[in-house]
Amino acid sequence: MSVLAKEGLQPVEERHAQQARARRWMRKRSAMRIFELVVWTAAVAVVFLLPSKMLILTEIAILALFAVSLDLVLGFAGIVSLGHAAFFGLGAYAAGLFARHVMAEPVIGLLIAGAASGVLGYATSFLVLRGSDLTRLMTTLGIALMLAEVANQMAWLTGGADGLSGFSLDPILGLFPFDLWGRNGYIYCLAALFISTMVARRLAFSPFGLSLKAIKNNPARAALVGVPARRRLIITYAIAAVIAGCAGALLTQTTSFVSPDVLAFHRSADVLLVLVIGGTGYLYGGILGAIGFTLLKDWLSVVTPQYWMFWIGLLLVILVVVGRERLAGWIEHVRGRLASGGGHSP
Amino acid sequence: MTTVLETFGLKRRFGAFMATNDVSLKIEQGARHALIGPNGAGKTTLINLLTGVLVPTAGTIILRGDDITRLPSHLRVKRGLTRTFQINQLFSEYSPLESVTLAILEREGFGGNLWSPVAGYGQLIDEAAALLARFRLASVMEERTSRLPYGKQRLLEIALAFASRPRILLLDEPAAGVPEEERYEVLSIVSDLPADVTVVLIEHDMDLVFSFATRISVLVAGALFAEGSVEEIASHPGVKAVYLGEAA
Repeated sequence: MSVLAKEGLQPVEERHAQQARARRWMRKRSAMRIFELVVWTAAVAVVFLLPSKMLILTEIAILALFAVSLDLVLGFAGIVSLGHAAFFGLGAYAAGLFARHVMAEPVIGLLIAGAASGVLGYATSFLVLRGSDLTRLMTTLGIALMLAEVANQMAWLTGGADGLSGFSLDPILGLFPFDLWGRNGYIYCLAALFISTMVARRLAFSPFGLSLKAIKNNPARAALVGVPARRRLIITYAIAAVIAGCAGALLTQTTSFVSPDVLAFHRSADVLLVLVIGGTGYLYGGILGAIGFTLLKDWLSVVTPQYWMFWIGLLLVILVVVGRERLAGWIEHVRGRLASGGGHSP
Repeated sequence: MTTVLETFGLKRRFGAFMATNDVSLKIEQGARHALIGPNGAGKTTLINLLTGVLVPTAGTIILRGDDITRLPSHLRVKRGLTRTFQINQLFSEYSPLESVTLAILEREGFGGNLWSPVAGYGQLIDEAAALLARFRLASVMEERTSRLPYGKQRLLEIALAFASRPRILLLDEPAAGVPEEERYEVLSIVSDLPADVTVVLIEHDMDLVFSFATRISVLVAGALFAEGSVEEIASHPGVKAVYLGEAA
């Protein structure tokens, strides 16, 4: 008899049981995890628990949104970028210019800024998809540098090195004004982060998302199961650019100012660092990394104002050399030792 | 018999080295066509050219009357042409269930859907589970591919190609590196492939080639050295000298 089990030879009940198992496993794969609920509950709770920390929380929410965008590009599509600030900065300027010259309603400004960055993302994706990782690093870096210089030179429009100011935003949806404590601003940024993350999550667990990590993992095989890799990567890059543009717009709208700093290289580097801290490929790495990075930076700049970059650098080296998984493993190990030690003590 | 896949003067050069030298080949509908030849004869390069992994330096490839010489791989798959790899090319971070579901979703044209969850395609997941059961992979379908034993990975390599429902399947040494006790499992799956699927097989095991193939092409140094039925090749004096002699 043949080793290959024919469908007819396999008992029907056994086949049904396997199929039910397969469906269950696929559902579980995309089910909401407990830690996700914890993250969002905590993000809402801080509005009431930490009313004096709204500004730093807003900063975290914006950086988190920016990092979720980069995670789509890096963690899902596998495209390395050193110039993600191009989209953040364009969104920031677009929102500022829109508020100043067209309309001061924030939500519409946010959508316009996202669209502007999306167009830039789509247009530059064709350059970025060419070549190897090193080429991609240089192309993305180059595009961001060019954009920064354009913004600097077009002082009549962007305010040049002085930045763009002289505008203020209307209440959000005509209902919630930006208050002095930044409470509404934080809630607004949190809402944008939540919606974007949920959209990105939806994408991650769709057939499209399934094919993305397959392209990243093994492009040769992905092509030979029929995945049109190029098209998928272009769409992902454009969507990520929209989200990054929204993050930039939120910064503009919550501060009523656009600094040329929004296009600076350190922004691209910082957001990469956020993902190194938080991990890539599961979306929440951007959020957890943004919390870690911002709090660490804030704390270090108070403790050692002149040398905080040193400690950030050291952390980066440790994370990359030792590896996040092993660090997590050690924490588990220590916890296990402590637990068992406590249990055996007389 | 109708010809489904045909090449004319196919050439591929790597620097000064001619990996494929003027190969004109005809594959008939439903054939069991074996490609044999000594190591370095250009068998895998030929498969790479046929599936679009490499672009030929010269020559044309015709699939059912259409010129596909410069068609990207993923569009050849859509036309029913796919392959397995000599060295496993799997989605190591995915489970077999995820991998096969992906291939089925792409085949059915749902791969570009970025809104509905994969879990919602219940019938396609059922199909994936049934396919994995046929390939003796049901018990490990939720495990990470990189953790599977080599023999299972080899089966997945074929299952994944099969999920695309190919009309023409190119198998590059499907049992390569498989331990003796698992070898039979892989080979029986190959010999049980549906009769209407055209199969092109690269294999070094001559017993298998002679029992499986209906037609054999012999490649030597990138060029087609001989071609014919099993009997013709088995009694071909030149083949014995060049290939069988060298293998013995």
